[in-house]
Order: sequence, then C-alpha cells, then structure tokens
Amino acid sequence: MTEHVAVSKLKEKFSDSILNVAEFRGETTVTVKRDDIVSICAFLKQDIGFNFLTDLCGVDYLGKSPRFMVVYHLYSIGNKVRLRLKVPVPENDPRVDTVSGVWGTASWHERECWDLMGISFNKHPDLRRILMPADWEGHPLRKDYPLQGPDRAPYQGRVS
Amino acid sequence: MGVENTLGNNVIVTSLDKVVNWSRSRSMWPMTFGLACCAIEMMAAGAARFDLDRLGVLFRASPRQADLIIIAGTVTKKMLPVIKTVYEQMPEPRYVIAMGACACSGGIFDSYSVVQGIDEELPVDVYVPGCPPRPEGLIYGLNKLQEKIMKERNSFGAAIGIGERISPA
Repeated sequence: MTEHVAVSKLKEKFSDSILNVAEFRGETTVTVKRDDIVSICAFLKQDIGFNFLTDLCGVDYLGKSPRFMVVYHLYSIGNKVRLRLKVPVPENDPRVDTVSGVWGTASWHERECWDLMGISFNKHPDLRRILMPADWEGHPLRKDYPLQGPDRAPYQGRVS
Repeated sequence: MGVENTLGNNVIVTSLDKVVNWSRSRSMWPMTFGLACCAIEMMAAGAARFDLDRLGVLFRASPRQADLIIIAGTVTKKMLPVIKTVYEQMPEPRYVIAMGACACSGGIFDSYSVVQGIDEELPVDVYVPGCPPRPEGLIYGLNKLQEKIMKERNSFGAAIGIGERISPA
C-alpha cells in the first residue's frame, strides 16, 4: 500500500516530532509530540487541505505511561482523505495546546475532553464543563472513576 | 309538594369532598414533560389510538396549569434541578407519576450521572413499571391515581382553608 499523502509531507516538515506512523485496514494514524500539535494541525489544514476536524477525544490507558492520548480525526472534504493524529499526554501534566484556533469546532470537543477526561487545553478560549453539571467534581470517563459515583458504594453483585 | 315538583328527579345528594375529588380526578392535567423513550409512549398514549383526552387528561404547556407531572424517562443529575423547579411551579394539589423503570429506580442506568429513582426527590403517587410501559400501562397508572384521589378526605375543606387535605397512604 502506498504511503498516505499527508504522511510524506509531514515527515518532510516535522521529522523530529513524529513518534510513530501506523497503518491498519486503510486507516493511517500518526502519533506526534505534544508540543508541536498546533503547528502540525495548522500545516495540515492550510497546506494539505484537512479542513474538517471530525472528532477530538481523549483516551485513558490506565496503568500505561503516558497515561492519556488525545486523538484527532481529520477529514479533507476536497480530497476525500482521512487522517488520524494522536498525542500522548502524561498523567502528571495533562495539558495540550488548544487547536481551536485552527478549527473552531475544536473548542467544544476540547471542553468535552476536559469535562470527561480531565485533560486541560492551554489557551482555550472558554474551558468550561459541557456535559456534566457545572459544579461537578472529578472527570467521570477516567478509568479510575467509580462507576456508581464517588458517594455510593460500588456494585457488589446481586445480594439475593 | 311545590319543592318536590320543582326539583323533580334532578337532585343528587353528596358530600362536597366527593364533588371536589371527582372533579380533580376526572380532569388531571399533566405537564407536557418528557425525558427519554418513555415520553414516546406517553405521547402515544395521548394520541388518537389511546386518546388520553377521553379521561380528561389534557397535556398542558405550563406547570402553572398542570395538576400532574409524569416523570417519563431517565432522570439525570443534571436534569434534576429543572424537574424540581417545574414541580415547585405547579399549584397544589399536585401529583407525580413515575413512569418506567428509570424514573422508578434508575433502571439499567446504575451510574454516577443518573438519579436512582425520582422518589429520592419528589413524592411519587403512582409507579408505572416497564421499559418503557405501553400506553395501556400508563392509562392503568392514571386510573390508579384517579382511585387514589377519590379516596382523599377534607379536600373541600383544604381548598377553602380549613385544615389539611388527608390523602390515603
């Protein structure tokens, strides 16, 4: 299979910040360093034409290091090409620079990611909770968050 | 003779409580308020095939005009303050039906974000189980509520400011 168009151009320009390139069932995933995500996204949008951020989400790999991964799904409407970007985020400093300056839609996606995963986004214009109540404590989609909530005893199976 | 002839057979002797109970139970106006899939069944019960209008159950668009709130669906913790506000805006006497497994007990959503039964916050009069209950189930629940209202005592007295309305347990 031929290499993804964007990957070769990324390798040219950001060779130092690419950690891994994976290809699985026709889907290309590029893992990049956290510090360069904004410049890489701006390059992909302006020069390669990935004008649509389909999704931005967080993944919790509890027990692994780095613990979190922020995943960006990009789509080029003009070229009909998809690309996935991943950014590893360590547990002790869960923050990534915002890409809401590149794609406006990232603003709400990043709010959701912060709300549920506790990954903060630097320079985000309006980082508030979006799904949980405003006074909620904790980030419930983290793997170490108790399913029944912190104020209830966990489910022990059927008693009778 | 004169009095008997004037009124003829058109006199019914009853208690004022019964009249009040009868009028309340035959015109239970629910709040138009749906939360999840149970609301679809509630709407189906209100539509032509099951036709809640024939029971005097007319959905009202304002809590100020409603006597009854049907908690039709999953109550999340984020939605709970809204439901409590709507309930508090309803005039007395007001009734609550918990429709479906989620409103009764949290249902399958044994989760951090879901209230484990609306009876934690509101005084529920009738529980309608099911996931979701069919319109027949909801109508049966409304009939049960009608029976419950008919058993209330001192409903007239409470309406004119004498004593409290006594509701059967």
